[in-house]
Amino acid sequence: MSIAAEPNDLRDDVLNGLQLSTQLERVWRTPSGWMGALMAVDHKVVGRRYIVTAFVFLLLGGILAVLMRVQLAGPEKTFLSADKYNQVFTMHGSTMMFLFAVPVMEAFAVYLVPLMVGTRNIAFPRLNAFSYWMFLFGGCFLWISFLFNVGPDVGWFSYVPLSSLQFTPTKRADVWAQMITFTEVAALAVAVEIVVTVFKLRAPGMTLDRIPLFVWAMLVTAFLVMFAMPSIMVASTSLILDRLVNTRFYDSSSGGHPLLWQHLFWFFGHPEVYIIFIPGTGMVSAILATFARRPVIGYPVVILSLIATGFLSFGLWVHHMFVTGLPQLGAALFTASSMLIAVPSGLQIFCWLATLWDGRPVYRTPLLFVIGFIVIFVLGGLSGVMVASVPIDTQVHDTYFVVAHFHYVLIGGAVFPLIGAVYYWFPKIAGRMLSERLGRWNFWLAFIGFNVAFFPMHILGLIGMPRRVYTYTADMDWAHLNLLSSGGALIFALSFALLLVNVIYSLRKGELAGDNPWDASTLEWATSSPPPPQNFDRIPVVKHRDPLWADSESLPVVAGLSAERREVLLTSLAEAEPQIREASPEPSIWPLLAAIATTIFFIGSIFTPWAVLWGTPPMAVTLIGWFWPTGSKEDEE
Amino acid sequence: MRQTIVRDVSDLPTYGYGPRSGPWWGAMGFMALEGMGFAVAIGAYLYLYAVNPSWPIGASPPDLWPGTVETVIYVLSIIPNEFTNRAAHRQDLAKVRIGLIVMALIGIALLVLRGFEFAHLNTRWDNSAYGSIVWLILGLHTTHLATDLGDTVVLAVLMFTRHAKPRRFSDVTDNVFYWNFVVLAWLPLYVLLDWVPRL
Amino acid sequence: MRVWVRRVLVLCMTWPLAACAGRQSALDPQGPQSGQILHTLFIFLAVAAMVWTAVVIVLGIGMLRRKRSADRPLDLHQAFEERSGRVILALGIATTVIVLGLSLVSYAGQRTVFVKDEKAHTLKIIGHQWWWEVRYEADSPHQSFVTANEIRIPTGQPVKVELESADVIHSFWVPSLTGKMDLIPGQKNELQFTAKNAGVYRGQCAEFCGIQHAHMAFAVIAMSPDEFGRWRDHENQSANSPADQLGKQGEALFRGRGCALCHNISGTLAGGQLGPDLTHIGSRTTIAAGTLPNTPATLGAWIADPQHIKPGNLMPKMPLQSDELIAIIHYLEQLK
Repeated sequence: MSIAAEPNDLRDDVLNGLQLSTQLERVWRTPSGWMGALMAVDHKVVGRRYIVTAFVFLLLGGILAVLMRVQLAGPEKTFLSADKYNQVFTMHGSTMMFLFAVPVMEAFAVYLVPLMVGTRNIAFPRLNAFSYWMFLFGGCFLWISFLFNVGPDVGWFSYVPLSSLQFTPTKRADVWAQMITFTEVAALAVAVEIVVTVFKLRAPGMTLDRIPLFVWAMLVTAFLVMFAMPSIMVASTSLILDRLVNTRFYDSSSGGHPLLWQHLFWFFGHPEVYIIFIPGTGMVSAILATFARRPVIGYPVVILSLIATGFLSFGLWVHHMFVTGLPQLGAALFTASSMLIAVPSGLQIFCWLATLWDGRPVYRTPLLFVIGFIVIFVLGGLSGVMVASVPIDTQVHDTYFVVAHFHYVLIGGAVFPLIGAVYYWFPKIAGRMLSERLGRWNFWLAFIGFNVAFFPMHILGLIGMPRRVYTYTADMDWAHLNLLSSGGALIFALSFALLLVNVIYSLRKGELAGDNPWDASTLEWATSSPPPPQNFDRIPVVKHRDPLWADSESLPVVAGLSAERREVLLTSLAEAEPQIREASPEPSIWPLLAAIATTIFFIGSIFTPWAVLWGTPPMAVTLIGWFWPTGSKEDEE
Repeated sequence: MRQTIVRDVSDLPTYGYGPRSGPWWGAMGFMALEGMGFAVAIGAYLYLYAVNPSWPIGASPPDLWPGTVETVIYVLSIIPNEFTNRAAHRQDLAKVRIGLIVMALIGIALLVLRGFEFAHLNTRWDNSAYGSIVWLILGLHTTHLATDLGDTVVLAVLMFTRHAKPRRFSDVTDNVFYWNFVVLAWLPLYVLLDWVPRL
Repeated sequence: MRVWVRRVLVLCMTWPLAACAGRQSALDPQGPQSGQILHTLFIFLAVAAMVWTAVVIVLGIGMLRRKRSADRPLDLHQAFEERSGRVILALGIATTVIVLGLSLVSYAGQRTVFVKDEKAHTLKIIGHQWWWEVRYEADSPHQSFVTANEIRIPTGQPVKVELESADVIHSFWVPSLTGKMDLIPGQKNELQFTAKNAGVYRGQCAEFCGIQHAHMAFAVIAMSPDEFGRWRDHENQSANSPADQLGKQGEALFRGRGCALCHNISGTLAGGQLGPDLTHIGSRTTIAAGTLPNTPATLGAWIADPQHIKPGNLMPKMPLQSDELIAIIHYLEQLK
């Protein structure tokens, strides 16, 4: 089965230094020009686009949040109409969950995981490009619909029967359901790429117990995506079928049941929280090790915690349904399982605290965000323990207490680490440092703004303010806390404006970073900043969990990969023993064409079921075009 | 940073079969998530079955023969599938061509039978929640059947062109692997769709 | 450091408690169910506050303590590594014990909150977009009546509400009496609670139910059992006949101008079933599901243009002359 290499094949063992770099760059670079940009399959190019696009959606979702806070700043305001407000909060939630939080985490993984495991590109780079286009088109579809006043207005969990044809006769709920399909296709594709990249593309010697914690976190996340998202796909498909071809999944007069939707939605929706949070913990572990100047204490504990969190996250979706009239004992068991997830989360926190305790912390901006994360996230986790209790939940469910809780968890648990990660990895991605001065301002504004905006919401919930109300009357005593919260939201928004300024300024004027500005230990810092198209001139060999700390003088590498065509090194699953030099795909326009065909299919099908018929052939053609061999050398072996 | 070459990998092969190769793991990943899709759909069926006092709702159970004939063919199709697998591992182009054509024909036969099965479900998708979930599950499996058939046909055509190179044999084994998944996914669905309504 | 943290914590904990006297507050329990929930909540809050404080203190000390010097990140002290491993393990076990303990506390509270009393007064509440239908159903149909958006109950006696929905999912929530429960089409839920004292307890729909979710409030009015009995007898009666000419004109207009297509007024020809029952509208405290107080002026404004006050609600604007409007208001005000 092994085919001997052709003798005239140019290998990286006969080239050296600049010669090798130039040659590999020629082979791996993304073609120039517009066409080249559309054909890009380099994980760094796609990852960068993914990150920037997700941040654009963060900005849009954030603007919606500010609009809501203006409307709620005082009683009976008419800044937004009821109809507009309902669209705005639905768009805010849907954008933040489906177009920002999950994609941005996957985007960082797309950019960083191949570098951190020491390979040249992600597994299935064309699928990766396809995934990005689907994400982009799905996001644009949602937002263009919103601008044309067809934005969904049934909440980000789109409960039936409110979202059924009878109660939402417009296309608004279809837009929501199909946006889900777009983003889930994108997320699932990336998840498979991440799993295969981590399983098969690790540098030789990177055994399972030498995989960086960030990569472990992304691996667990990818598995969560693979097992959680099919549920929402089934849910959104059945919803759209109910709406378009009169199926009866959720019609209680024909044997359907509204609670089926809630089970399907939350079976996805709860792991979703961990899909967002676990990457955050990976970022925390990465940043903490670098700035505490020592490896994270309890490496195996952290990994087991991640895996345990992943498993447990599938066993507690019912705690979103405590007030739907479930059997009492059943509900109580979900209380226990929901609280139990505090154990693995707690263990991780203890490991980080111990790391900081023993380390010699260097208080740069990324570490500040990690400390902010601990303070905020622990509070959010504890209010989560409260919400997990059935009796307490019957009071706080669907109130601002829950709004406060999940913003503490999601912003504390994911956005703070993420902004820390931006400060941490920006030098690698852009080649320049972000301004530390602005960074400190950014942190303090974010930390103060966040707490002022969201802490009062706990109290608002307890004194009776339900979620998703577009206004309230003056005699409800909610005005002061709402005004305070709105003020905090403005400060919080300002901190993001500052981040944007910092990024734009530093892209031009920032201090040059060099390969490893933080003296970090993982492989992405072993190459230049930004990394060349081939990532590494030679694939590193890993002999330690912290390779750059263990051997700071010279990097052990392998040689023998092709220098005139795209080749990556496949290694064994557990021991990372080299097995195959596999071809890696060239740039191609087909992923874009396939994404366009799929987009036409998806959008067409919300207007006519016949789109399933006429939409399929173009998809099939683009897929065949994608996989058909081009006659290039690596295809022909 | 200075580099020290500690290992030469130039004698490694450029493709492989099974868990050694990347695409095999990709297929595995997609099977896992699609299997999860089936599991969720089965869960939805059982949920509706549990909340409704009578099942099937306002219909008689599906006629048994299409599903049963299909099941027999699915199980027997493992044999030519394995034949194709072995031929691909031996890189025996002639036999691989035969295997792929046979598998394509089996796929077409199953697709035709599937048409009969839909016609003999004795319910429509818009009759009741029962009809909806039955059509959804059968539709979901039909999508897998059709996708694999498409892949088989494309590979079969490929094997008659100048692109029939050794590397493609690895693709054939992945196709074989995926077919096994389509068969395996069908078996619980057969029990669920054809026998559970008769309980 | 420690003092500062404590102070903040004390402030954080006492502030919400001080602000508990809201109109619709879970912190102002008026019955055994809401009292039990608040009790459970306090236990959780105390544990949460202690854990959070401990974490922040450890974090603070960890940051501020004097550090050993080491040149390289991998120069680790084996003794510290092992000791920290043991501490982490112990804390993990402690966390497990705490959450299991809290689960039991929660379950104990849950059993008290959801205790069922077979002798409870039963009434049925049906959620509509965006108002509440309240049905008092007795064995004899003559003892049954329907009202809307106002639920009168006797004090000191357990009340069972059966919850159903006519359209989408709503959620019944009166925080000062008990936690919430959803109204789900195709499913019958129920909830029991008791009001200790007479008073008006505001409630509001808690599950997003469409464009006017924000304006779907109601009031639970607890009154002494005697008073409640008198009220029930009165509600059982048909509507008052209009006493004067203007009232009679209003009654005719009510039928003639389409109001009766949606609204029922018992004892008259108005028998619509889509909107709230108006048999005793004149004695209710609010209109439009708790949106406005019930006065001739607000009632007039509402009838003149319901879409202005509650945009998107299902009551259409009817073309009425101002004298016709006055007659209808006059008629409705008499329906005490």
